[in-house]
Amino acid sequence: MNSKDEETIVNEKDFLVFENITKYFSSVKVLDQVNCTIKKGEVHALVGENGAGKSTLVKILAGVYPTPEYSGTIYLEGNPCDFKNIRHAEEAGVCIIYQELELIPSMSVSENIFLGYEPKNHGIIDHDRMYRDAAILLDQLNAATIHPETLVERLSVGKQQIVAICRALSKHAKIIIFDEPTSALSDSEVNILFSIIRNLKEQGVTCIYISHKLNRILEISESITVLRDGKSIISGPRDDFDEQALITHMVGRELEKKYPRCSHTAGDVVLEVRDFTVIDPSIPKTLVDHVSFSVRTGEILGFAGLMGAGRTELFMALFGAYDDYDITGEVYLNGTLLSIKTPRDAIKRGIGLVVENRKEHGLVSCMHIINNSILANIPNMVSSFGTIDENLAIKQTETYAQEFSLRYSSLEQLVGSLSGGNQQKVVISKSLMPNPTVLIMDEPTRGIDVKAKFDIYNIMNKLIDEGVAIVMVSSELPEILGMSDRIMVMCEGKLTGEVFYHDATQEKIMEYATKIKE
Amino acid sequence: MKEQKTPLLNRIHIESLGIRSFAMVGALIIIWVLFTILTDGTFISVRNLSNLFRLTGIMGILVIGMVGCLVSGVFDLSIGSVVGLTGAITGILLEQMGMHYLVAFSISLLVGVAIGVWQGFWIAYRGVPAFIVTLGGMMIFRGITVLVTNGCSIPISNRPFAVFGQGYMPQWLNIVIGVFGVIAFILFDQQHRNKRKSYNFALQSSLLMMLKYIAMLVIVAVFVFSLNSYQGIPYSVVILIIFYLLFAFIYNKTQYGRYVYAVGGNQVAAKLSGIDIKKIYMKVFIIMGLLSALAGNLLTSRLATATPNAGNGFELDTIASCVIGGISLAGGRGALFGAIVGTLVMTSLENGMSLMNMTAAWQDVVKGLILLSAVWFDVANKKK
Ligand SMILES: Nc1ncnc2c1ncn2[C@@H]1O[C@H](COP(=O)(O)OP(=O)(O)OP(=O)(O)O)[C@@H](O)[C@H]1O
Ligand SMILES: [Mg+2]
Repeated sequence: MNSKDEETIVNEKDFLVFENITKYFSSVKVLDQVNCTIKKGEVHALVGENGAGKSTLVKILAGVYPTPEYSGTIYLEGNPCDFKNIRHAEEAGVCIIYQELELIPSMSVSENIFLGYEPKNHGIIDHDRMYRDAAILLDQLNAATIHPETLVERLSVGKQQIVAICRALSKHAKIIIFDEPTSALSDSEVNILFSIIRNLKEQGVTCIYISHKLNRILEISESITVLRDGKSIISGPRDDFDEQALITHMVGRELEKKYPRCSHTAGDVVLEVRDFTVIDPSIPKTLVDHVSFSVRTGEILGFAGLMGAGRTELFMALFGAYDDYDITGEVYLNGTLLSIKTPRDAIKRGIGLVVENRKEHGLVSCMHIINNSILANIPNMVSSFGTIDENLAIKQTETYAQEFSLRYSSLEQLVGSLSGGNQQKVVISKSLMPNPTVLIMDEPTRGIDVKAKFDIYNIMNKLIDEGVAIVMVSSELPEILGMSDRIMVMCEGKLTGEVFYHDATQEKIMEYATKIKE
Repeated sequence: MKEQKTPLLNRIHIESLGIRSFAMVGALIIIWVLFTILTDGTFISVRNLSNLFRLTGIMGILVIGMVGCLVSGVFDLSIGSVVGLTGAITGILLEQMGMHYLVAFSISLLVGVAIGVWQGFWIAYRGVPAFIVTLGGMMIFRGITVLVTNGCSIPISNRPFAVFGQGYMPQWLNIVIGVFGVIAFILFDQQHRNKRKSYNFALQSSLLMMLKYIAMLVIVAVFVFSLNSYQGIPYSVVILIIFYLLFAFIYNKTQYGRYVYAVGGNQVAAKLSGIDIKKIYMKVFIIMGLLSALAGNLLTSRLATATPNAGNGFELDTIASCVIGGISLAGGRGALFGAIVGTLVMTSLENGMSLMNMTAAWQDVVKGLILLSAVWFDVANKKK
C-alpha cells in the first residue's frame, strides 16, 4: 500500500497506517488482514455491523492488545509502533474513549477525569487545581451543569460520556479514538460534541470515530473505512459514500428502509400511571414530577426528551428498581392497582424492562449467553427440586439468538466478550423471555447497527401483533418518529406534551422537550 | 458458519478449564510425592492417608458452604467460632445433660441454622456488610463458646457419637458403593454428552472421555481398596462425598445455584432480573451455619473432646482452600470441584508438614506462599 518513495511525505498523508492487522480471540479470527490509512488532522470514521471488529481494531492501536496478540504493523508518523500497554499509548498521544465506559462510579467527576494523571504539588494531589481544570474542561464541552465534585454514579449515562470525553481531552492527545461516543447522547449533545471535534481538528488532533449513526458520520468525517466480518471492505474519502452505500457495504446487500412502520390499532388501556412522583431524598431532588399517562395494547408509546429528563428514573421506579427513593403515585395494570416493590413483582405481573445501562444494570458479564438470556425467566423453567430445565433454556436462548441474528461463537461464550451491540441483543432477549404484557424499552437500540435495529423494530411490530403494549424510551428522534404510534415528551421530570405520530415533527418534539428550560 | 465456529471456541474454553484442574491435580501429586520422599514414605501410608482424608472431610464440608458465600460475593469469617460453639453445645448436651446423641446432634445443628438466620438477617435485611456481621459473629460466638464451657475442655465418652467422626464404613459396602458410583458416573456423563451432542455443542474427544473414565475407575479402585486394607472409608469422608454431590447438583443445576452466581457476578443486574437478593443471602448464610455445625460435630467427635478454641482459624483456611481452588473473591466465578481439590491441597500440606515436625509458624509461612502462588498462577494465565 505505501511504497518507499511516499515516505517522504509521510507526515501528512500516511500519518497513521494499519497494515495487514490480523487478530484472533482464542481460535476465532476477529480481524483479517485489515488495512487502513489515516491522514493527519482528519476525522476518520470506522463503520461496520455489530461484531465486525471495530472496537478490537482501535483497542490494538491503544495498546489494549499488545503484540504477540495480533499480527501486522501499525505505523505512526512513518515509524512502526507497538504499544506495550494503555499508558504507553497514552504517553505517545493515543487516547481512547471506550464504548463501555470505564469510569469509576464511586469517584467524583474530577477524580475520574484526572485518574492516573492527577496534578500534584510536592507529591500531594492538588485538589483545587484538579477541580479547577475539570471545571474548565467541562465548560469547554458546554457541560458546566456537571459539577466536578459530583460522584460519577449519580450521573446519567449521557453525562458520564461527557466525563469520559473530558478525560481524553485532558491528556492533550494527538489521536483521540471515539468508540461510539454518541450512542447515549441526544442530537443537540451530538452537535456539541461535533463542534468539539472540529475544534480539536483545527488544533491538528486526529480523530478516529466509530458510530452506528450513519447520517451523523457523514456529517463529521472526512474519510471512512468500512469493516465487514473483520475485513476492511472499502476505504475512501467521505464524498465517495452516501448512507445507502455505507449500509450496502456494511451489510453486504441492500436494505430497503430504516423504519418498518406498520399500522397498529390501539386496544384497551393496559397500564395506567397516575400522579407518579419520584424524589431522591439524599440531594433532595424531584426526579419525576406528577407524571400521568396510559398505555394501550397494540401501540408503541414513545417517550422523547433530552438527557436527564427523568424518563429512565420514571420507568426504573415504576419497575421497582429503587430502594431509597421516595415514590408516590398509582400504577394500574388492566384496571387493578399494583403495588410493585421490587423488579420481581413487576416481572411477575407481566411488566418487562430493557434497561438503559447494559453493562451495569443488564448483564452478568462473567456468565455465558444462555445464563444471561434466561436470568429473568428461570422461575418458569424449573422442574422438580428447583432444577433448571436446561433443554428448554438452550432452546429458548437459541430461538432468540436466531431472531436477533446474534453474532456469537458459541452459546457458552461469556457475554463480556460479545461486541457491544450483541450484548444489547442479549439484554433484550432477557426481558422478552418471560413474555411480558407491557414491555418498557429504555434506549433499546443503543449501539446497535442498522440491520440489527431493523430486526429489533420488526420484533417490536410482531410483539404488538401479539397484543403486547410497548413503551419505547429513546433519545433518537428519528427512531421515535419512525416507530411510535403516540409520543410523550418529558422535560425536567414533567410530562410536557403528547403528540400522535401523524402530527409529530422534530421541531414540535424539541419544543416540548425544552419547554421548561426557557 | 456458526456451526463451524462453535466447536473451536468451545474446545478452547474446555481446555482453559482443563488447564486449571490439571494444574491443581498436578500440584497435588507433586505435593504428595514430595512429602512421601521427605517423610520416608510415612505420608503415603494408608493409615496417614485415612487420617488426612478425615481432616479433609471436615474442612471440605466448610468449603462447600464457603463456596456459596464467596461466589455470591460475601465472606463468612465466623465459621471457626461457629464450629467451636456447636461442638461445645453437643459436648454439654451429651456429657452434662446426658441427652441422647441424636437429640444433642440435632439441637446443635439447629443452633447452626439459627446462627445462619441471625447473620443472614443483619446482612440481607438490615444491610450491614457481611464482612462486619461475620467479624462480629467471630467474636460473639467464640465468646459464647468460652462462656458455656467455662474455658475448659469437655471430654466426650458417648460411644455412638464417637463413631460418627472416628468410625469406618463396612468394607463390603465400600466396594458396592464404589462399583455403583463408577457406573452412575459413566451413565450421567454419557447422558450429559448426548444432550450436548443434540445441541451441536462442543464435546470432549472420545479419547479424553475414555481416559477420564479409566482415571475415575483407577482412582475409585485405589481409594476403596487401599482404605479397605486399613479399616475402611471414614464416615466423615462419606459425609463429605454425599454433601459434595448434593451441592454440586445445587450449585450447577438448580435455580438457587444459578442465582448465587448471578448475584455474585452483578448484583444490580440480578436484582433487575427479578431475583430476590435478600432471600439468596439469607439462604447462603443458613446453609453456611448448618454446614459449620455439621463440621463442628465431626471435629468434636473425632477429637472426642469439645474444646473452647476448636475451629480457631478455620475461616481463613477455608477461604484459602477456595481461592487455591479457583473461586474468585470478587464473586460470580469458580466451581465447587476446584474448591474441594483446593481443600485437599491445603490439608495435605498441613498433614505432611506436621509429619515432618515443622512448627505451626513454618506451616503458616508455607501455606501463605502456596496461596500467593496459586492466585498468581491464575492472574498470569488470565493475561495470556
Ligand atoms: N475478549 C474477547 N474474547 C473473545 N471474543 C471477543 C473478545 N472481544 C471481542 N470478541 C469478539 O470479536 C468480535 C468483534 O468484536 P468488536 O467488539 O471489535 O466488534 P465491534 O465492531 O466493535 O461491534 P459493535 O458495533 O457491536 O461494538 C465479536 O464477534 C466479539 O464476540
Ligand atoms: Mg464496538
